[in-house]
Amino acid sequence: MSDTFLSAFSEAARLIASLDAGLLEIVGLSLQVSLSAVAIAALIGLPLGAALALFRFPGRRAVALLFSALMGLPPVVLGLVVYLMLSRAGPLGVLGLLYTPAAMIIAQTLLVLPIVVALSRQAIADLWRDYEEAMRSLVITGWRLVRTMLYEARHALLMVLLAAFGRAIAEVGAVMIVGGNIDHATRVMTTAIALETSKGNLALALALGGILLALALAVNVAAQLLAAASQRLGSAVTS
Amino acid sequence: MRRPFVIILSMFSWLLSAGAAPGGETILLQSTTSTQNSGLFGHILPLFTRQTGIRVRVVAVGTGQALKNAARGDADVVLVHARKLEDAFVRAGHGVHRRDVMYNDFVIVCPKDDPAGIAGLKDAADALRRIARRRVAFVSRGDDSGTHHKELGLWRAAGVDPAPFSGAWYLEAGQGMGATLNMAAARGACTLTDRGTWIAHANKGRLAIMVEGDVRLRNPYGVILVNPKRHPHVKEQAARAFIDWLTGPDGQHAIAGYRLNGQQLFFPVR
Repeated sequence: MSDTFLSAFSEAARLIASLDAGLLEIVGLSLQVSLSAVAIAALIGLPLGAALALFRFPGRRAVALLFSALMGLPPVVLGLVVYLMLSRAGPLGVLGLLYTPAAMIIAQTLLVLPIVVALSRQAIADLWRDYEEAMRSLVITGWRLVRTMLYEARHALLMVLLAAFGRAIAEVGAVMIVGGNIDHATRVMTTAIALETSKGNLALALALGGILLALALAVNVAAQLLAAASQRLGSAVTS
Repeated sequence: MRRPFVIILSMFSWLLSAGAAPGGETILLQSTTSTQNSGLFGHILPLFTRQTGIRVRVVAVGTGQALKNAARGDADVVLVHARKLEDAFVRAGHGVHRRDVMYNDFVIVCPKDDPAGIAGLKDAADALRRIARRRVAFVSRGDDSGTHHKELGLWRAAGVDPAPFSGAWYLEAGQGMGATLNMAAARGACTLTDRGTWIAHANKGRLAIMVEGDVRLRNPYGVILVNPKRHPHVKEQAARAFIDWLTGPDGQHAIAGYRLNGQQLFFPVR
């Protein structure tokens, strides 16, 4: 057992040191798919989450509850649904998207959208208690109110997006089904790990797992640094 | 205020471009975990691409799932190993132009200390009967794959129904060949595996071959073109070129040339 962990470390070191072309391709696709999914989910989910927190309309609670429940959706179920949609025999089959990175982005977008909506709704609802009076006295309403509150909640929302990214980059069930784990086409870190495990290359699989973790760490650090930089910039402008 | 729209627009165009193949024709092959896990495709497909310019994308699942995916039109070609399922696939009009490609054989592997007392037996059904009698743990693929169907056929030949013992000594993994071997190695159990995956597998643990050489353990692979009349998007020409190459001298030579640890994993039919 400890042998496997030891050789996993040397394997990981070897892969990183040699800048293995196959590894770079897989890492690149993982980032491309998961970051796009989070970006699209943010474009849709952040305004939606804010609207659910700020506006009163019939069915609001039900919609909020639905998104919060969907956070527990198993990736493999979602993958199956997207597969049936994109399959040639399915309603969107003519697009020919199955077994492409686009299909993987669609699946992961749907996977993280509930997280973005539910958590951003909560973040903005919490903030709203302090801001409600000010916003009303300034008569900020509608789309302007959404934008203002999204801006005011930006630090909490960054964490929301990082949580969404974590879910996307770590999942294997959905991308395996809709991507097919095709070499040089749709193989990402998690499906590569599953494949190497099934080939009995446990040390290599573990090494890839370590690299995936380092990748997630790098994205988190980059996001935090960006947030800190923008804050410094913001305080420099106001002072 | 126009900026988000530009971002969304460029995102969608990029999303669609991600779906396009990077130049040259690409065909989609639904195949089995045994062919992928054994490393065969990594050896022969680059040769085919070099000769024809056609790239082959492989989705590796069990034979049953490969045929089901292909029946939905999600493939140009299938390469699988379960003759009865293949014939049913062709009869149902999902596929045409079925050809024999290659074969290897299945082996029964168990922990080296031979808990079932079957080492060296030439009768695979008799071996399974002894495994059942001694209640030695046996890991089944349990995933409707070609190997799974072969195993179920052997149980029938042995006159044993393992289903009532599922979860006791009969363990249905529901996973690919490699994952099943991992499980057998960890549990100290017996399992049925194709020889290609067995040779290539890096985590054999204490497992060793107990039974081999029974004619019923033969493992033939067939290639089938997905019916272009039923699925007009099938890239018939490129797919036929692949089938012709695979069953022609170049492909057969490439299959015979794949060796691992000094052993040949697959045998061409010609």
